[in-house]
Amino acid sequence: MLDIAGSVLSFSFYEGLVFGLVAIGVYLTLRVLAFPDLTVDGSYTLGGATTAVLIVNGVHPVPATLAAIGVGLCAGLVTGVLNTKLRLPALLAGILMMVGLYSINLRIMGGANVSLLRQVTAFDKVAEVLGLSHGSIVVSITVALAIAAVVFFILNWFLRTEIGLALRATGDNEQMVRSLGVDTDKNILMGCAIANGLVGLAGAVVAQGQGFADVGMGIGMIVMGLASVIIGEALFRPRGMARLLLAAIGGAFCYRLFITVALRLGMAPGDLKLITAVLVVIALAVPFIRKKLRHEWIPPAVRW
Amino acid sequence: MSQNKSLLQLRGITKIFSKGTIDEVTALDNIKLDVNTEDYITIIGSNGAGKTTLLNVIGGVFPPERGGKVVISGSDIAGLSEYKHAAYVGRVYQDPHIGTAATMTIEENLAMAVLRGQPRRLRPATNKQRRELFRSALAPLSLGLEDRLNAQVGTLSSGQRQAVALVMATISKPALLLLDEHTANLDPRTAQLVLDLTEVIVQREKMTTIMVTHNMELALRYGNRLIMMHEGKIVVDLNQKQRAGLTIDDLIAAFEQASGRRFIEDNILLRR
Repeated sequence: MLDIAGSVLSFSFYEGLVFGLVAIGVYLTLRVLAFPDLTVDGSYTLGGATTAVLIVNGVHPVPATLAAIGVGLCAGLVTGVLNTKLRLPALLAGILMMVGLYSINLRIMGGANVSLLRQVTAFDKVAEVLGLSHGSIVVSITVALAIAAVVFFILNWFLRTEIGLALRATGDNEQMVRSLGVDTDKNILMGCAIANGLVGLAGAVVAQGQGFADVGMGIGMIVMGLASVIIGEALFRPRGMARLLLAAIGGAFCYRLFITVALRLGMAPGDLKLITAVLVVIALAVPFIRKKLRHEWIPPAVRW
Repeated sequence: MSQNKSLLQLRGITKIFSKGTIDEVTALDNIKLDVNTEDYITIIGSNGAGKTTLLNVIGGVFPPERGGKVVISGSDIAGLSEYKHAAYVGRVYQDPHIGTAATMTIEENLAMAVLRGQPRRLRPATNKQRRELFRSALAPLSLGLEDRLNAQVGTLSSGQRQAVALVMATISKPALLLLDEHTANLDPRTAQLVLDLTEVIVQREKMTTIMVTHNMELALRYGNRLIMMHEGKIVVDLNQKQRAGLTIDDLIAAFEQASGRRFIEDNILLRR
């Protein structure tokens, strides 16, 4: 029993760290930039597909993983250009990218999936260095923890720099940021690029962890990221940059834990999407109902 | 008018909205205006006179029609994007929410404002030295905000937010300060506080200032030059000498004479 609990927890921990990258990406666009970016479903697969194909073609797994960040950045950049330069609504820009990337991902992989069976992945490299057996959960957690920690420290620093501050303010009050002499279009491009770079990185790590990239691996990723951010906010009520970032990772952990437990309890994998949807509804509705009971003022629902 | 040299020259500024449609409006009609250094101009006029449109053109929110020139400190910035105008122009809006970022702290808001017109870098936005600067800029407000640098701006009252917005517009000492009815949304006491504060900052920094207001009394009390606009034109332009001793009734008479209309409209009258 304890064994099962331990393995469930450690597996969720690993997943929480990896999907925490997606959650941070969604947090950056949705909360920081107030830009509901649906590119995520496509850029996640894009990262996984790119890395898988590069590894199969003999590229070292580390540069292959870094390449996933690069392609993710580019995808986010295109979404940002569609919105800022061609004035497409953010939602539409993201949806178009998501759809367009599906075809691109198929082209990259030359089919619906690429197997990494018997290929050397970043996990194998780390296992080698640490002298651990391949496929051990300790290796997975080490890799995920290292990546998440680096991302956390860089972002926590970046978002407090002069550039980072203006980026955060863009989602809060774009008019003010412009009137202080900052090109807000550039900030939106930068934010979308960073967010999708992180999502691409998550896709690359997951593809190597599960041993394949699949054209459908990104489906529902935006909802998962959204669920993680919302659960993190509801549970931890974070204030301050560092805690907001940690809450996204924490939210992803809770979400994955929930899903893993649900599966262990015998729920059909097909039901998980419904559970996710219900979970998000609950996380969003509870604060509303609580306010209503206390007769507090409630802001109108957002309609983007 | 002061003997100072010219800071801002507007030439041939016209702005037409909904051009070519049945709703076409000429908001600004061939405006020519010279603003000298250390001028403190108050602009009055009824709704639709073009006051805010004029500030928007100076602030770069939208460009004037072709041929219009906005020359500030010697360079023509007409047509440049708004964020490039910001290097020269600080602005406080009527709505305190526009001038500040609610989800960020007072310190973070000021840290963004202090870099107006400068390149932003990958280095921490706040440091000990800047914090000292923020405290000394906030202390004269006597609102105790200098001890609440880490408070989120969204938790402040409208008056406090407007005071912060005023400090943000001036902390980097831009060449020109635009005040767009910046006390119209505040209760009388808070409005007075923000006006006093404006006076202190403008005098101390010798800022060239343009204040738009609906309130004739304010327009006479503050500044050293008074401009009245009507239907997109400047119809009255009084220097300090001409303005001295004028009453609101004199202003109304001047308006009627210049515009050739009886002064019966809108809320200027109500706000006497």
